[in-house]
Amino acid sequence: MNWHMNRKRKSVPDIKEILSGNKFAGARAIRLVEDNDASAFDLLKGLYPHSGKAFIIGITGSPGAGKSTLIDALIKEFRSRDKKVAVLAVDPSSPVSGGAILGDRIRMQRHATDDKVFIRSMASRGQQGGLARAGKDAVIVLDAMGYEIIIIETVGAGQTQFDIKDIAHSTGIVTIPGAGDGIQAVKAGIFETGDIFIVNKIDKPGADESLFQLQNMISMKNTAKDQWEPKVVQTLAQDGTGVKELVDVFLSHLDFMKNNKIFKEKQTKMEKSYFNSLLKDLILEKVLGFIKTSGEYPEILSKIQSGSIDPFSAATLMSDKIVAREI
Amino acid sequence: METNKKIRVLLAKPGLDGHDKGAKIVALALRDAGMEVIYSGLHQTLEQIINTATQEAVDIIGLSIMSGAHLPICEKLLAMMKEGGLDDIYLTVGGVIPFQDIPKLEEMGVAKIFPGGSSFEEIVAGINELEIKK
Repeated sequence: MNWHMNRKRKSVPDIKEILSGNKFAGARAIRLVEDNDASAFDLLKGLYPHSGKAFIIGITGSPGAGKSTLIDALIKEFRSRDKKVAVLAVDPSSPVSGGAILGDRIRMQRHATDDKVFIRSMASRGQQGGLARAGKDAVIVLDAMGYEIIIIETVGAGQTQFDIKDIAHSTGIVTIPGAGDGIQAVKAGIFETGDIFIVNKIDKPGADESLFQLQNMISMKNTAKDQWEPKVVQTLAQDGTGVKELVDVFLSHLDFMKNNKIFKEKQTKMEKSYFNSLLKDLILEKVLGFIKTSGEYPEILSKIQSGSIDPFSAATLMSDKIVAREI
Repeated sequence: METNKKIRVLLAKPGLDGHDKGAKIVALALRDAGMEVIYSGLHQTLEQIINTATQEAVDIIGLSIMSGAHLPICEKLLAMMKEGGLDDIYLTVGGVIPFQDIPKLEEMGVAKIFPGGSSFEEIVAGINELEIKK
């Protein structure tokens, strides 16, 4: 008897199960919000009041900088401090096929069977509101499940549509010795994003130069007293060197934000950007759906095709009509 | 909301065999067919595979086995899947699978078997036959 022929229909998990930390239920919930399932909004509505307790850390940096290995070491350190840790590892979807290969967790598999660790890979997909929306949705689930530390891994900072600052309280930027001078850092805009700069693979030549360059850049930036001055930490993630210090710095950043009222400000900003992306998604979907079913849409489309109106004027006209409620 | 569903596959190599070129190439083919492939690396224990499949909420576990141990591995994993409530996940297996073992694997409950020589088209079509998106 092929038992898989009788498999249960995938069901919507119970909110209580998710809140109790049941991994199966939590994983299903993330899958449903990621798939934009019809049940997603109700799930998130139920979980949202139970979120907002976790410390959310963003880890970003170029491919090959050692982000996944570093996160593996961070999990170990946080676990030794008896924290429950979740990881959300984001990789890009192929713009051609829409598929993705998600391999970040290879470096973290020793934690796969730890009861208090949850690792989830996520593809960026073609989310309308950008990845900030899908990432935040998943973070709400993990937070409500009771994970105290949530680490988000992503490629690139400041240069993609995904702004890690919109969903993380503290952002660490991983770099390696010899990966360009200070100008690279300024140019890429990462100084606005990074709270902690991590020079990883310090067994490679040039580790001290990288440290000095980063410290130099930070000292040139005038940081006000009640603002966090970025820190630089050296690590060798592979053997855990510097990881204890890195965790201390992340936690001291959290304390600093709380002591200087930055934390609340940050939460408010994060909520606002989440609301904006939700609003954008809903408006786009509802209004576009409405326009497309109206008689005017095919009419104006044929005018564009016949050349009697240009697409710019047509789009302006339509959106003006929507705002004036003439459609 | 408009749904945005993709097929998610966990590709795993259980046990001690150390060849994963095949698994990596299959991962690429599945990505090119629009699927999301989680690759968990070499030398995975069955406990790791079960835990990973749970946390990643996949539709399919795809095992790549070259060691000849496909029968006991699939039998044990299927039992663990049932026990762990993962009965909404399909198990598929590829690699060095002698033809006489295919009926035994099917009998056990393996959803699709892709022995050496299967083309990417056959693998993608086999997975699509499972009608996961419906």
